[in-house]
Amino acid sequence: MGSSMIESALGIGTLSILVWLPILGGLLLLVLGRSENRPGEKGSGGRLDRWVALAVSVLTFVLSVPLWTQFDSSTATMQFVERLPWIRTFNVEYYLGVDGFSMPLILLTTFLTPIVVLAGWQVIEKRTAQYFAAFLILEGLMIGVFAALDALLFYVFWEAMLIPMFIIIGVWGGERRVYATMKFFLYTFLGSVFMLVALIYLYLKSGSYSILDFQNLPLTLTEQILIFLAFLFAFAVKVPMWPVHTWLPDAHVEAPTGGSVILAAVLLKMGGYGFIRFSLPITPDASSELDWLMISLSLVAVVYIGLVALVQKDMKKLIAYSSIAHMGFVTLGFFVGWQILERTGTTAGIAMGLSGGMFQMISHGFISGALFLCVGVLYDRLHSRQIADYGGVVNTMPRFAAFMVLFALANAGLPGTSGFVGEFLVILAVFKAGFWYAFLAATTLILGAAYTLWMVKRVVFGAVANEGVAGLSDASGRELLILALVAAGVLGLGLWPAPLADVMAASVDHLALQITQSKLAGAL
Amino acid sequence: MSTMASSLSTDLVTVWPEIILAVGLCLVLVVDMFLKDSYRDVTYLLTIFLLAGIAWSLLGAGAGGETTLAFGGSYISDPLSRVLKLFAVAAVATVFLYSRPYLRARGLHLGEFYVLGLFALLGILVLASSYSLLVSYLGLELLSLSLYAMVAFNRDSPLAAEAAMKYFVLGAIASGILLYGMSLVYGVTGSLNIGDLQATIGTAQASSVSLWVGLAFLVAGIAFKFGAVPFHMWVPDVYQGAPTAVTLFVGTAPKLGALALAIRILVEGLPALGDLWQVMLAALAVLSLVLGNVAAIAQTNLKRMLAYSTIAHVGFILLGFVAGTPEGIQAALFYTLVYVIMASGSFGFLVLLSSRGEEVETLEDIKGLWQRSPWFALMMVLLMVSMIGVPPLAGFYAKWWILSALLETNHVGLAVAALVASVIGAYYYLRVIKMMLFDDGGQAHAGGIPLDVRVVLSVNVLLLLLIGLLPDRLLELCARAAALI
Repeated sequence: MGSSMIESALGIGTLSILVWLPILGGLLLLVLGRSENRPGEKGSGGRLDRWVALAVSVLTFVLSVPLWTQFDSSTATMQFVERLPWIRTFNVEYYLGVDGFSMPLILLTTFLTPIVVLAGWQVIEKRTAQYFAAFLILEGLMIGVFAALDALLFYVFWEAMLIPMFIIIGVWGGERRVYATMKFFLYTFLGSVFMLVALIYLYLKSGSYSILDFQNLPLTLTEQILIFLAFLFAFAVKVPMWPVHTWLPDAHVEAPTGGSVILAAVLLKMGGYGFIRFSLPITPDASSELDWLMISLSLVAVVYIGLVALVQKDMKKLIAYSSIAHMGFVTLGFFVGWQILERTGTTAGIAMGLSGGMFQMISHGFISGALFLCVGVLYDRLHSRQIADYGGVVNTMPRFAAFMVLFALANAGLPGTSGFVGEFLVILAVFKAGFWYAFLAATTLILGAAYTLWMVKRVVFGAVANEGVAGLSDASGRELLILALVAAGVLGLGLWPAPLADVMAASVDHLALQITQSKLAGAL
Repeated sequence: MSTMASSLSTDLVTVWPEIILAVGLCLVLVVDMFLKDSYRDVTYLLTIFLLAGIAWSLLGAGAGGETTLAFGGSYISDPLSRVLKLFAVAAVATVFLYSRPYLRARGLHLGEFYVLGLFALLGILVLASSYSLLVSYLGLELLSLSLYAMVAFNRDSPLAAEAAMKYFVLGAIASGILLYGMSLVYGVTGSLNIGDLQATIGTAQASSVSLWVGLAFLVAGIAFKFGAVPFHMWVPDVYQGAPTAVTLFVGTAPKLGALALAIRILVEGLPALGDLWQVMLAALAVLSLVLGNVAAIAQTNLKRMLAYSTIAHVGFILLGFVAGTPEGIQAALFYTLVYVIMASGSFGFLVLLSSRGEEVETLEDIKGLWQRSPWFALMMVLLMVSMIGVPPLAGFYAKWWILSALLETNHVGLAVAALVASVIGAYYYLRVIKMMLFDDGGQAHAGGIPLDVRVVLSVNVLLLLLIGLLPDRLLELCARAAALI
């Protein structure tokens, strides 16, 4: 109701508020915030800065709740639509709206940003104001990506996001931060420019930049395949899919805790979201034609990257590889549909794969974020991410250990946690496509459990390994609050997935229908 | 093209801004001679007033979209010329606003700087309105000779003298080549007038070898003025050797003149040979994009790095011509305008940081700038981001429009090549950000810089952000300005 009051008072919509409020808050912090501590001042200098950041991010979350409560889950049409002409010369619009795919992702973003702000509360010692400003601006841009229904607007948000992330890793990151952040920027930039070519091509064909117009545009198979590949470049780098995943472990390891959380929880989801919003509905025939490629790449990610994760010595790297493997599940769920159709002759399994992939995205957002927060808690104390430097943490940090074990189990897909639902749905769908697909996909249950639990065993359990661990103090109230909030999300989705499933249902069915209808017929 | 001017009075109205400028600059020259060094600011103020007056007269003339020909069809006033002139006046004024403290700190705050700058501007205005090969040549020489002198402006600097020498010798050769090309065209067609060339070159003449040779010379001359590969050799040396305030001048407004030269001669004068010059420009563009972006990576001197970056941007501008459609020319115009704003900000940033006397021009100097001058570091971040072509800065829309024009004419290969080159180029812009934000050390800071220069830089950069958020105005302006071509 809060937002509707502002809406009526200012004449702007909920989505615009969600996009611009954090950006304006971030700019305010950037301009007014102090960059350095005064001499003799310890800890985070700008005490006011972080309160402002927290206030803005919490307010954004509160204002985003109506998206959920007022959402009409019976329809797949766009809701909370705002549409204004933006660049008349090219028929580009400021066109925002959400459906069952984007709305949960926006809520994930607004939920996690206050947590990231809290995670950086005392840890960030230099240029606090700029740190929080970067995250707030990033939040607004991420919401913009999920809400944009005009392709050029989408691209603007998509690319603009690179700048705050580049700066976050580069300024507040670890030792090899410069290498990592350059790699991150150049990789993703190279991916996205191909998407730009595809978007311009679609504009020249359709005369508008509206994504929904693109979805209804008939295209020949050759066109579709080229466009699909251009999109694949952009989205596969973002997801990331094997073999263009190599930037992710570097970026994750070097990024500050907050950066890792946002990277894993939200940024990677943009790749998956891109497949749902662009690749599948705009080029359904190419997707069907090239599904073998997507399924193979996904299975390689699941199996091979799972094995790679097993041998990692660095906790952040391990979670990064685990992220890639889990995202492989997402793409597998999205692209397995045609195999099901071919084998069973019914479209029943397609929707299951799609919603399994979506579930996995949301759930992975919580779990990977939570695991990075856990590593952050440990890193803040001992300044090491090496598994070998820990051992027996449960003896000195019992409360923290409880949370870490919970998140690890969720990562391994324990029933009752959100990790289970997505994996289960995807495997179920994949089973309809064929036994061997399912067999390979299901190895994740073993591998995931192996690398996550083995890490937990070595870090959390056992005897106290060294003096550093012996001197650890248990998680503070602030840290426990963060972990508890995320744990609520993980358990909530795991025990009662129905609300999320309801919200997505209509959009999933609509997409399943779209991708089974060929667009070749109308094309010349 | 529509109305043939008949009387002298209408002719004079057409060149009204140029007359004001010519008379005004003579006035500045004379007044300056009688001023003591301590009153040099009077020259500065007079110059700024003069430019404001010209801008005002241009705005008054530009209300309608009409096209007027004067002096027997050799001089034109159309939307394109008015847009180019307005931007040229604004760019030159910006240079003067930036430069005063920089020049004063080096004992170079002399009236000649303004007078030469105004002469160069007059050359650009003539180029923008020229509708005859000969008038183009006159404008170009007026511009070039003023620039040579400006580069050598700091006569105690051996580097500047070397740069000026190099610029002069190469520039003179290029002018000769251009002139030779013009004479060949004249020999074949019997006309110097752009309108006549456009109308008379038929298919028979278009296959004349002499005309092709003439065209090749014309393209070479134009490419030299742009600084496109392989006629780019002067650019890095001149940019590095000249005093930074002069580099700022050389790197901004003259690009508008080069654009006018290319549009008038190639697009308007020789559309019959379009297939030919499009191929030539495509080769130049690709070479410029690749060499500019790759060579810039190796530079540690910012002025030299920006010089190679200019070459790469020129490659993009030429791609608009390669598309050959009105959209392509509009995109090239938009790109050039945005580039001038970006270049003006980046060199202005160096001028600002060098304003206290010490030279700030290497990557080492700006290390850790964020800790000392966060606001200006942020401004430079925005400039670099715009140069890379990341939204929501104006540079993105420039690249986007060029790409759009290329894809529309099925130049998919060129579009992808340009994009890949600009991804390579992103590296060295990012390195500037890295130096300022991620590293420590370095000396440069913005303490003690006069307020006016600070404001000019901030306005300059925020303009890029404003165009980025609401690009429609400028896009539409460019679309209308080049619609009739």
